[in-house]
Amino acid sequence: MAIIGSGILTGLGVTLRHFVETYIEDFKYMGKKAGVQPRMIRRQSPKAKGIVTIEYPMEKMPVPENFRYIPFLVKDDKTNEDRCTSCGICAKVCPPQCIWIARTEDPVTKRPVPAPKDFFIDSTICMNCGYCAEFCPFDAIKMNTDYEIAYYPETENDMRLVYDKNRLTMNESFHWNIHPSVKAAELEAKAADEAKAKAAAEAAAKKAAADAAKKVALAAAPVVPDAPVASVAPTPAAGGAAMAARAAAAARAAAAAKK
Amino acid sequence: MATQTTNIPDELKNDPRVPEDLNNNIFITTLDKIYNWGRKRSMWPLLFGLACCAIEMICTAASRHDLSRFGWELMRASPRQADLMIVSGTVTKKMIPQIVRLYNQMPEPRYVVAMGSCATSGGPFKEGYNVVSGIDKFIPVDVYIPGCPPRPEALLHSFVKLQEKIEKQSIRTVRWYTTGKTDNGMLVPYLGPDLVDLRRADEIKQKTAL
Amino acid sequence: MSEVTATPAKPAAKPAAPAAHGAAKPVAAAKMTPEMSAIAAKFGGAVEAAQYEGLLVTDHSKFIEIATYVRDVLKYNQLTNNTATDYIKDGVIEVVNQFTRVPQGGAPLTLKLRVPRPSGHDKTQPVPSLCPLYPGAEFQERETYDMYGVVFEGNPDLRRILMWEGFNGWPLRKDWKEAYYEGDTKPFESRWPGGDHKLAEERVPWEDNVNYPPGFDPFAFKPHPDGDIYDSMLAPSDGTVSIDNGHGVAPTIVEGLNASEMAELKTDEIIVNMGPQHPSTHGVLRMVVKLDGEKVTDLKLALGYLHRNHEKIGERNTWLHNIPYTDRLDYITGIYNEWGYVLGVERMMGLKTTDRVEYLRVITGELTRLASHFWAIGFLLNDLGAFFTPALYFITERDLIIDLLEAVTGSRMMCNYMRFGGVSRDFTSAQWAMARELAFERLPRTIDELDHFLTENEILKARSIGTGYMSADRCIAHSLTGPCLRAAGIGYDVRRADPYGYYDRFDFDIPVLYNGDVYDRYLVRVQEMRESLKIIQQALNQAETQSKVGDIQGGKKAYNHRVPAGQCYARVETPKGELGYYLVSDGNQNPYKYHIRSCSYINLNSMKEMAVGQKVADSVVILGSLDIVLGEVDR
Repeated sequence: MAIIGSGILTGLGVTLRHFVETYIEDFKYMGKKAGVQPRMIRRQSPKAKGIVTIEYPMEKMPVPENFRYIPFLVKDDKTNEDRCTSCGICAKVCPPQCIWIARTEDPVTKRPVPAPKDFFIDSTICMNCGYCAEFCPFDAIKMNTDYEIAYYPETENDMRLVYDKNRLTMNESFHWNIHPSVKAAELEAKAADEAKAKAAAEAAAKKAAADAAKKVALAAAPVVPDAPVASVAPTPAAGGAAMAARAAAAARAAAAAKK
Repeated sequence: MATQTTNIPDELKNDPRVPEDLNNNIFITTLDKIYNWGRKRSMWPLLFGLACCAIEMICTAASRHDLSRFGWELMRASPRQADLMIVSGTVTKKMIPQIVRLYNQMPEPRYVVAMGSCATSGGPFKEGYNVVSGIDKFIPVDVYIPGCPPRPEALLHSFVKLQEKIEKQSIRTVRWYTTGKTDNGMLVPYLGPDLVDLRRADEIKQKTAL
Repeated sequence: MSEVTATPAKPAAKPAAPAAHGAAKPVAAAKMTPEMSAIAAKFGGAVEAAQYEGLLVTDHSKFIEIATYVRDVLKYNQLTNNTATDYIKDGVIEVVNQFTRVPQGGAPLTLKLRVPRPSGHDKTQPVPSLCPLYPGAEFQERETYDMYGVVFEGNPDLRRILMWEGFNGWPLRKDWKEAYYEGDTKPFESRWPGGDHKLAEERVPWEDNVNYPPGFDPFAFKPHPDGDIYDSMLAPSDGTVSIDNGHGVAPTIVEGLNASEMAELKTDEIIVNMGPQHPSTHGVLRMVVKLDGEKVTDLKLALGYLHRNHEKIGERNTWLHNIPYTDRLDYITGIYNEWGYVLGVERMMGLKTTDRVEYLRVITGELTRLASHFWAIGFLLNDLGAFFTPALYFITERDLIIDLLEAVTGSRMMCNYMRFGGVSRDFTSAQWAMARELAFERLPRTIDELDHFLTENEILKARSIGTGYMSADRCIAHSLTGPCLRAAGIGYDVRRADPYGYYDRFDFDIPVLYNGDVYDRYLVRVQEMRESLKIIQQALNQAETQSKVGDIQGGKKAYNHRVPAGQCYARVETPKGELGYYLVSDGNQNPYKYHIRSCSYINLNSMKEMAVGQKVADSVVILGSLDIVLGEVDR
């Protein structure tokens, strides 16, 4: 049987050790500034001892790459085009249904064009689950890691928490900056896509040339109502190659969505 | 002398109106500044958790983020001793009368932080039948934090923002020192067949009239 | 194994058959287990095989007799789940009761009752209550009453529990629509392709989330008095308690008075309301205690202050949408909640998982168990008066676990990690190294320190030994599960009783202690943390050799799952107890019925019996030892 009070004393010993440890840590880092990175990382590692406080506004813990907050849309740095094709998968998988997408329509043909006319995310409903980013087939929507978005309304009806397309769209470089591990893979995929699109464009151009030749050859022949000529789509211009690739991808996604 | 100056906040140092040779001995400030400086550094939050965000709030008060660095560590369980209400989580219809009552019991000046999506607008549970879509429908909110739930740092960031807001206030214009405009508190809603907001009682009567 | 009567998923060549609830005959009659056959043989005309699963009791007057037989002869001694399903096309509301054997485990037995669906906001015909046989039915039946308007005859306190008395309608009935109702099922049409952001407030006539019945006059209306909770407590008593819970019923003694003088001394009883804003109630729980001096003579709980309509929203969500919502049930233990849900859906769909997935689930799940127990012990000590020091130490440790989970899953608490047939991400090598460091070095050391710090502390012992005692039999009868049940000498743990995951591959013990008081609950939790660590260590070692890195998603990444028609009751052992999901699918993209058997909620059922006869300060400690999380209590 232990002496009465020994349990309390051993407990106090533990607190004393914690107390002393804070000073040991301080001595170790004496002369080094509070914001020195290794110390901060150490404070949140399994080796942390003594003081574990991160002095937030002065020093900021790096957030992990996977960390997710409010989503954003990625646009191509060079062409300034959105990656988004407005396929609507993110709006479908969103659990609280906080994504609104307006699809662009071709003003002439009234057929959908694979680009969003408008895109809203109501960040007051968003539950930061990350489904939109996870299920997006084009890597067009990603989760931001910036959590410093608290605000006080300066005017009445300050609707800044409803993000529209302008506020959602971010550069590719921003995306690669916060998600460095996907940069290489995405660049590679992009290069492959471009090469493919280029090849497709070249093939199409070749085919068009051949068709034109055929047309010339057929010109003498009697007109067939359903001539293959009519079905030849206008050849995409060289600059539209990327667009063609996107349209193909959108068609794939639409097929997947239907399924 | 040098050690003393280091303790003086930046905004009080080096005022051009003070002659150079008296610079470290005399400080000029406005009453607003000194008042706001004191106020923003000694907020006592109400110890009051609602849902998931409350866990992050507790984490903020714990060792790693250590709220006491801001002078805000005294979480008071009694609204009479609190300056700040952190609405940390989903506000339900069943709970809102209590929250409004707590708010009314807080002495002025009082501030409210809506932490997380749910407190801001109902969040992912907005469509629910027992969920109030935003605490700002019933009590005035000073700072909003989006996120579900916001990280502890995001909560700390909201405190920085709140301090910013307090700095902008002036004793002459704030509600609680102007005569005649004293806020007697909000009307406490009650629970009828649904939540009844008494400020809209006339409208309700009109619209439901048979 | 859990009972799954759904056929395994076939590759969806054509969409599964649409809802069959309108059919006159049951779609899939339940498979008869030996126990069900025994009941059918004994009560011939009164029962028949129910739709999907279990027995349907057609003769309600025999129900209590059958339940008694189930309890006493078949030894299903715990009512694990009570809920209802609204089959609107059949015009019936089906009350579901599920019974388990504790501690033997095995598949639960299901007894169903059908009552005709009343029109409008009427209550149903009364059905017999199970409260006299299973006291644990009380809260669950009150919830079913609150949500469906099913009247249970014989329930001692049949009032609304999650909503307030006087609320208009029975929210979970299929034809009851809330103010912000937008569509029966998600995804809503308005979001794409013609999505124009509209606040929910702009869509509804009241510009708010409210709805009033026609003719409602806010000036004439008298709010339902909150007093109904007090009414039954107001009757003066003689200072003794009616419940014999083993605490003894010592009368109040005032020094210097003899017995007859004591009898003449009239002490006033007072009713004290604690909560919903109270530092000791672990959230927005409200506790009304009747005190004689400092002794609790009666106690009532008022719940629902965080009722967020998980089940109503869950029935509208697609199967996938529900995963992040489960995180917000017991927000300390996000990953484990997801596990229970995906387990149920996987069983209904017949999905297979890979080794890697199962190991990752065990590792992350057990890490959250550790985090939860750290939290529980820290705040139990808070309630005991060791204000915040232990909690601070343990939150520091929990933060490390949370850091790891955040790095892996992307969020600190709302991990959204599980997928049907998989998990969302694998560990990177750095994260794996951190997990190893935590499991092999940091956490064992911390738990030893915790033990050293607290276990022998005289104040802790003085306050907690003998406090909140409940005997094993009463614990089972009250449907208590989790560490509190194991502290009363019943080694019941779903990981062993109804195994899931890869728990059969690990060598671990189920800690059991026999005193059934707060101190033993604390000790059980400490022991469980050690066992959890053992599991994590083994899982980390096994996963390195027996699974392939990155092999985490079974099949294609799909978001529009169709679950074959059927029902499933899947349960897992969360740190708080047995968390069950009762799921009914009609073959569509959305659950037809989504019910959460919440352990925190059902554990609270026994709170009264534990606290009555104790001091009021102890009632706070008892609540702390039950380790509730309000998100899960109120859902």
